Amino acid sequence: MRIGVPRETSPGETRVAATPASVEKLLGLGYEVAVEAGAGAEAAFPDAAYAAAGASVVDAGVVWGSDVVLKINAPDDAEIAALRDGALLASLVSPALKPELVAKLAARRITVLAMDAVPRISRAQALDVLSSMANIGGYRAVIEAAHEFGSLFTGQVTAAGKVPPAKVLVIGAGVAGLAAIGTANSLGAMVRAFDARVEAGEQVESMGAQFLQVERTEAEQQASADGYAKETSDDFNARAGALYGAQAKEVDIIITTALIPGRPAPLLITADMVASMKPGSVIVDMAAANGGNCELSRAGEVVTSDNGVKIVGYTDLPGRLPTQASNLFAQNLVNLLKLLTPGKDGEVVLDLDDVVQRGMTVVRDGELMWPPPPVQVSAAPAAPAAAARPVKEPKAPPSPSRRWAGLGLAALVLFLSTAFAPGQLGEHLTVLTLSVVIGFYVIGNVSHALHTPLMSVTNAISGVILVGAMLQIGSSQLVVQLLAAVAVLLVSINVVGGFAVTRRMLSMFSRGQER
Amino acid sequence: MSTQSATFAAYLVAAIAFILSLAGLSKHETSRRGVTYGIVGMAVAVVATLALLLEHPSGLGLTLLVVAVLVGGAIGLWRARVVEMTGMPELIALLHSFVGLAAVLVGWNGYLEDTPLTGSLLGVHHAEVFIGVFIGAVTFTGSIVAFLKLSARISSAPLMLPGKNLLNVGALVGFVALTVWFVLTPSLGLLIAVTVLALALGWHLVASIGGGDMPVVVSMLNSYSGWAAAASGFLLDNNLLIVTGALVGSSGAYLSFIMCQAMNRSFLSVIAGGFGIEAPTGSDTDYGDPRETTAVDVAELLRDATSVVITPGYGMAVAQAQYPVADLTAKLRERGVQVRFGIHPVAGRLPGHMNVLLAEAKVPYDIVLEMDEVNDDFATTDVVLVIGANDTVNPSAEEDPGSPIAGMPVLEVWHAKNVIVFKRSMASGYAGVQNPLFFRDNTAMLFGDAKDRVEDILRAL
Repeated sequence: MRIGVPRETSPGETRVAATPASVEKLLGLGYEVAVEAGAGAEAAFPDAAYAAAGASVVDAGVVWGSDVVLKINAPDDAEIAALRDGALLASLVSPALKPELVAKLAARRITVLAMDAVPRISRAQALDVLSSMANIGGYRAVIEAAHEFGSLFTGQVTAAGKVPPAKVLVIGAGVAGLAAIGTANSLGAMVRAFDARVEAGEQVESMGAQFLQVERTEAEQQASADGYAKETSDDFNARAGALYGAQAKEVDIIITTALIPGRPAPLLITADMVASMKPGSVIVDMAAANGGNCELSRAGEVVTSDNGVKIVGYTDLPGRLPTQASNLFAQNLVNLLKLLTPGKDGEVVLDLDDVVQRGMTVVRDGELMWPPPPVQVSAAPAAPAAAARPVKEPKAPPSPSRRWAGLGLAALVLFLSTAFAPGQLGEHLTVLTLSVVIGFYVIGNVSHALHTPLMSVTNAISGVILVGAMLQIGSSQLVVQLLAAVAVLLVSINVVGGFAVTRRMLSMFSRGQER
Repeated sequence: MSTQSATFAAYLVAAIAFILSLAGLSKHETSRRGVTYGIVGMAVAVVATLALLLEHPSGLGLTLLVVAVLVGGAIGLWRARVVEMTGMPELIALLHSFVGLAAVLVGWNGYLEDTPLTGSLLGVHHAEVFIGVFIGAVTFTGSIVAFLKLSARISSAPLMLPGKNLLNVGALVGFVALTVWFVLTPSLGLLIAVTVLALALGWHLVASIGGGDMPVVVSMLNSYSGWAAAASGFLLDNNLLIVTGALVGSSGAYLSFIMCQAMNRSFLSVIAGGFGIEAPTGSDTDYGDPRETTAVDVAELLRDATSVVITPGYGMAVAQAQYPVADLTAKLRERGVQVRFGIHPVAGRLPGHMNVLLAEAKVPYDIVLEMDEVNDDFATTDVVLVIGANDTVNPSAEEDPGSPIAGMPVLEVWHAKNVIVFKRSMASGYAGVQNPLFFRDNTAMLFGDAKDRVEDILRAL
């Protein structure tokens, strides 16, 4: 099959959906590749480089007649019409925001995969252009801010006086926010960040910024289920707003990245807050394309407020690093085609049982597939792995009635054996049962690396039988005393050795930064 | 407050300390505190018991006690000091056997010592003696066999007696019959008989489990040693023993269960002694010849790589290669290469075995990842170094349904651009299956001692 890579026609678009390096990989998957002449010019990939990599450099008509078309931006009407029947198109689509575009696409007998609708599970990370573009965008946002800002980012003490470090506030600690934190931090600024998701705190701190807190109710403590931020309550917004207001007076740079998928960007920085900022401060609004997080921002422009605060509303931040952005986007597309080409034979096989492919598919052969069933996966590390691995358990879970019957039977056996137990046996059974339950729960979440130390400690603890042997050593019978002494000797080895060896093991565990 | 009630209260404190100890051991941050809790709990328990003993002092008893504790403690401390981290599985198996033997001795004492009990209570007492001795003896010989297998003093291949499942079931039936008999007419002969029966059963149970399942067996024996302590608690009317024994027993069982799931093995079949192991399908497939490489070429490859994953196995432990591997890691990281470790849940001969070794060599634990964390990344990895692992990286687990390890989750290293396998020879791994990974186009073999080879690479870098 032939893959076509057209030149991007959207005004200001500098990126391209394939690079010479990605062309080679696509050829390796068994495809032919046709690149439109001049497609990579803006991203510093000349036609000759594509040709050298093995692609044919052709005109637009040939490209749009390909079996597979890889693109950055969603196609316009003319481009949709130019696609041939049965073609597969992979590009940004924003299906949730642009229903009319989806309707137009569904009117053709084509298959459309939205690169911006990849489910957030770890297996799909390799295809996620939102992540890779956000990463670049976050970096560029800081560079743009530094460009507009009239002072240094880093603090210095010089013979000509003291330079205070710039204070940067990053709102929204997604991929873009974290990239911005890292970049600002490495330029020497003092960085603080805020995010509505509690679990972002650790990531913020790992990038070297201070995580700002607001008081949270219990419901607000919960991690998000799909890896994206949710819309927050008015009450929470009021508290966060107070925080932004206080910060605005203090910081020099604000970078806002707050986006909720499929909705207009939330308004975070009001005109009043901008008015309270120091003259010369800079706001970079990364959500400007979707309405903006700042009341004054205008998409694609730099606005200067009455008190001299510059508000940068560029919507093409990743495109301002065209070479790198194209590289990453192209690699995401290669990873997509790897997924779609299990046979490496240049034939596309779309498997809708795969949650990743299902989630991206907007239209299949003219049939509308949007919206896909929800994928419930948190960005927390454990959950994606569980979802990514198909469950191999052949046994069906027992039906509820059978489970209840089993539980009832167990309870009955426990009841009868305790009720009819003579002497202290009943009490002992109670203690035993409760301890068994505690034992199960107490180690429920043991970290894998700690299995060995845990085992050697439980081994030492099971040496508590020492107590039993000690009680018997006080017996009046010599044989019993001697046997008990042997038992004490053996168990002492166990107890002392077990604890000592565990301590030795644990003292070896180190974390990177302690080295 | 009598000494009796004070001891009782101290036991409660000790039991709580043990629970906190296990809970603490579940996380890195609290693990050291966990050990401290355990030591405190044990100290409280021993001191309280000592106080109880001193109420009716017996000179000989105290002397014996002090001598035994001192000698035992000294031996324990000495072993813990000198043990190599690679010898950890053997040591732990051996320690389990001590608990088992102690439980047998306590059980015997329970019979030999005069008891004021009568009637049905006496019957219960005798049943408790039997159960305690039985569990203790199974733990004892089971642990001894595990120790011998792990330290390679006997062959690790599973013992295949004809009708082995029948033998196991028969031993259990025999135990029940002997218990009933003993409750009706107690006699020393019966006690000896049940001890011998249990010793034989423990031996057979573990002997018929193959070396590959040893991590589960060690964890299972850990659980048994807990149940042995709990049984002694019933016998001695001692709640502390019951609580602690049950804690260790259930947590050990749960740990084994987690590991069985990781290997896609049935929990029951492992604890019942290799129950249901089927003969492997004949695999005389000709895979062709593996490609051999040199340390210099590997160094070249690593120099150009941006992302490297190391998947160690038991071979790394045997060759003591963890230190040079850690040096290699540090060197590559200095050059800006992303190095990570992919640890299969059952790599090594003990759960978490690899983590302990890597920690010993000061590999930072945040780059040591679990199988699930790293498996999806192999496709974007330039070089995978398979150091002494075999079955855990075997593609036939996924691709050949007739393979003995079919269905076991494995590290999918073959998706990486280059795979370097460090190996002594072309011999098969613990599960005894050929590994088609070695014959793949993107795989190269680096034969020889893993430690020497890694050092060669370090020099070439």
